[in-house]
Amino acid sequence: MGWKRKDLLTMQELDAGEIRTILDTAESMKEIATREIKKVPALRGKTIVNLFYEPSTRTRTSFEIAGKWLSADVVNFSASGSSVSKGESLLDTAKNIEAMSPDVVVVRHSSSGTPQLLAEALRCAVVNAGDGAHEHPTQALLDLLTIREKKAHLEGLHVVIIGDIAHSRVARSNIHGMRKVGMTVTVAGPPTLIPPYVQELGVKVSHRLEDVIADVDVIMMLRLQQERMTAGLIPSLREYSRLWGLTLDKLAAARPDVLIMHPGPVNRGIELAPDVADGPYSVILDQVTNGMAVRMAVLYLLTGGKAQ
Amino acid sequence: MTREKAQVLDEQGIDRALTRIAHEILEKTQGAQGLSLVGIRTRGVSLARRIADKIRAIEGEAPPVGVLDITLYRDDLGLLAEQPTVKATEIPFAIKGKTVVLVDDVLFTGRTIRAALDALIDLGRPRMIQLAVLVDRGHRELPIRPDYVGKNLPTSRREAVAVLLKEHDGEERVVIQEPPEE
Repeated sequence: MGWKRKDLLTMQELDAGEIRTILDTAESMKEIATREIKKVPALRGKTIVNLFYEPSTRTRTSFEIAGKWLSADVVNFSASGSSVSKGESLLDTAKNIEAMSPDVVVVRHSSSGTPQLLAEALRCAVVNAGDGAHEHPTQALLDLLTIREKKAHLEGLHVVIIGDIAHSRVARSNIHGMRKVGMTVTVAGPPTLIPPYVQELGVKVSHRLEDVIADVDVIMMLRLQQERMTAGLIPSLREYSRLWGLTLDKLAAARPDVLIMHPGPVNRGIELAPDVADGPYSVILDQVTNGMAVRMAVLYLLTGGKAQ
Repeated sequence: MTREKAQVLDEQGIDRALTRIAHEILEKTQGAQGLSLVGIRTRGVSLARRIADKIRAIEGEAPPVGVLDITLYRDDLGLLAEQPTVKATEIPFAIKGKTVVLVDDVLFTGRTIRAALDALIDLGRPRMIQLAVLVDRGHRELPIRPDYVGKNLPTSRREAVAVLLKEHDGEERVVIQEPPEE
């Protein structure tokens, strides 16, 4: 199936076929990482701009390596140390960057909808690398790739996403993506961290960890995003960790082939006990590796093959 | 709809051509020592496997067969209407110091082979690379010449050559196709 979109903004807009195209392409891209010379000429002469208004090392580096392995030129802009800190508006920055003729702009911003705004303003492709609490599509895609790799299929699997659902763009993108490929999704967390009406996205809700980990194929733990919490939504970290942290003891109730995922960075000892994070069920490092493959696939699909 | 103009090889014809190529490879490389075959996706892979089987029948041992996907090495991405699908390259053996025979179904402009040479050299440094094709239809745009040819087939540029193989098409023949009359 061909790829027709100019941008990758959300998982909500993709259909199951498009998701499959990205995952299949990413699977093929993984071979490049195993080579002695990790470079193919597919995007030679293309320019990718990483426009990061929020601190991020993992995602930015992942996009940077992905672009470089495909031979694109990759330029990083961060908000600090650029004209943004001198008061330039987002659209002015974007227009200035466009004047430098990039082929893809990868944007991360604390405000939901920023990538959409840029996509409408720019002629080049725009990739959402995380916007506020809205979406983080490449994270959901790398999660799906990791699950498909470990379980050999996606349809019919049951996933529970645990923790700070309200502030999580990762949860939102995953819910959309997983539902589209035929998975069942449960979200679990303290009531203050579960958004109202979340059931309308087609998920089940639980407020007790013990109720949800026994019968699922995948447990996805989320980071407690304290930097986004404006009010005290949990009584204390200690209590959260006791009720919602995943330990080996609690994991005894889970299936022997359960996968433990986490988008990172892990607050060790809060969401995940260290022996769980490093244990045999954990696929956290596979997620990182697959992140580069997915981003190579997305950059390739957005820049290549369109009639000119 | 394209129209079939002529059939140039039938099942026996294809088999005979591959048998001859297998013998020529062994003669030129002086046995299967240090030899490996790399098929270019999709039909080149099937042809490479068949040639390897024939070499096994002659020498008692089959050379390893790899699969090369050249999509990421194409220089015409921006010119294509439909984006090609990237598939995996699978070469599970070291090609360094080896004699590698690239195998493809049809040799035309030579651009696919140029991309394949780039892709192969990125994976290691073979001692020698040779090229085997079932059909050479001419019209080269690059200085590339095959070492082993099943059939030389002069064609016009507006014609197409289709290699149909059982594994992919359910039938076994080589045909020349013509675009419909304007």
